[in-house]
Amino acid sequence: MNNLISMRDLTKEEIMLFMETAAKIEKGELNPNMERKLAALMFYEPSTRTHFSFATAMKKLGGQTITMRGTQNSSVQKGESFADTLQTLAQYADIIVLRTGIEGSARYAAEVVDIPVVNAGDGANQHPTQALLDLYSIIKTQGTLENLNIGVAGDLRFGRTVHSLVYSLSEFNPKFKFISPSFLQMPSYIKDDLVSQNIEFEELQEIDQKIEELDVLYVTRVQRERFADPEEYEKAKSSYILRRSMLAGVKDNFRVMHPLPRVDEISTDVDDTPYAYYFQQAKNGVYTRQAIYAVLLGGLK
Amino acid sequence: MTQPKQIKVNAIKNGTVIDHIESGKAIKVLDILKLDGSQTVMIGINLHSKKLGSKDLIKIENKELTSDEVNSIALISPDASVTIIKDYNVAKKIQLQIPEYIEELIQCPNPKCITNIEKISSKFKLTADADVSVRCVYCEKKYRIDDVKVHT
Repeated sequence: MNNLISMRDLTKEEIMLFMETAAKIEKGELNPNMERKLAALMFYEPSTRTHFSFATAMKKLGGQTITMRGTQNSSVQKGESFADTLQTLAQYADIIVLRTGIEGSARYAAEVVDIPVVNAGDGANQHPTQALLDLYSIIKTQGTLENLNIGVAGDLRFGRTVHSLVYSLSEFNPKFKFISPSFLQMPSYIKDDLVSQNIEFEELQEIDQKIEELDVLYVTRVQRERFADPEEYEKAKSSYILRRSMLAGVKDNFRVMHPLPRVDEISTDVDDTPYAYYFQQAKNGVYTRQAIYAVLLGGLK
Repeated sequence: MTQPKQIKVNAIKNGTVIDHIESGKAIKVLDILKLDGSQTVMIGINLHSKKLGSKDLIKIENKELTSDEVNSIALISPDASVTIIKDYNVAKKIQLQIPEYIEELIQCPNPKCITNIEKISSKFKLTADADVSVRCVYCEKKYRIDDVKVHT
């Protein structure tokens, strides 16, 4: 594997290679040595969490990172083309981690440079490292990715993270419950894909509906700015807030996940229940990204 | 009353006949072929057709279309039929086939797609779906072929 651009490119076997590598790194069975490696973190769009996670992962493997943030003070502002910026950084670094607001930019970057490119989010399109860390969190808590009952709540229409997650879980015969306000439902092109793959799903309006059937509830933020009317937001948001009182009948293996940052869609009284998993999930992001560096930079031995 | 049989478009000696073009799309088909202007071209629009009710037809004299050119017609009118004529006879009938990858011909409708921001050519992949759809290789958005603008 030369690049990590989109979950669409990955076979089930490749997904499992990332899972197994992350698990070995976490258990200390694999210690890839990246001492002489340099990752260029090109973040045209702000993302503190993703940036920290990639930087931490490289440093924990003994490697180093350089960072370009935004386009201010960079030659991009002087009119340098994206391709030229990439080419230049590729002369310094061993791997490029790229986050932009432009869809398809990572695919293009991979065509331009001959070092590995990792897509750290390209606009509303893909965020494969988040999808892999979500899958790693699921496999860690459930022991498998197969045949799980997964609830996905929040902004399902614009949420890139949930699209990638749903798409990548589709390989593993899941049952989905999609919980969202009607105008933030899962886009029809995704639902069509699920229908054609014979994947069962239902659309619900309340976050605790059928919660007792779920293995995982993946909650995402419903952004205020998606609502035309702030009053509508206030009214709608209570249907999507997960509270401790809703967890009375859930299964023992049930876990609540969230890509973070959380606003108020998971009440803080859920945090100290055994079901809360979102902070461990963030930690899994570091193992997963260590695994990504290891796979792409030849650190599996 | 039976209609007298009549030739509305002249026969050609050598060249290509593109028949059964969806009514009204002949001009688009002609555009996509990017002819150099030297050929004699006859166009029939809204001709009577037993099979389709009405159809468009194009005859291009002294030009044999390449398979790439033929396949690009499929993007506009997938059911068109292409016949190569030699010495007034049918020399070859060509089956239209939408190519697996379509480069440059389609502009990605997604304004946030890199192909609309950097100066790079578009690239679409035909999807395996029953409806004829293409997916942008870059932004990964999927479009029905009827909904995208084909560059001409």
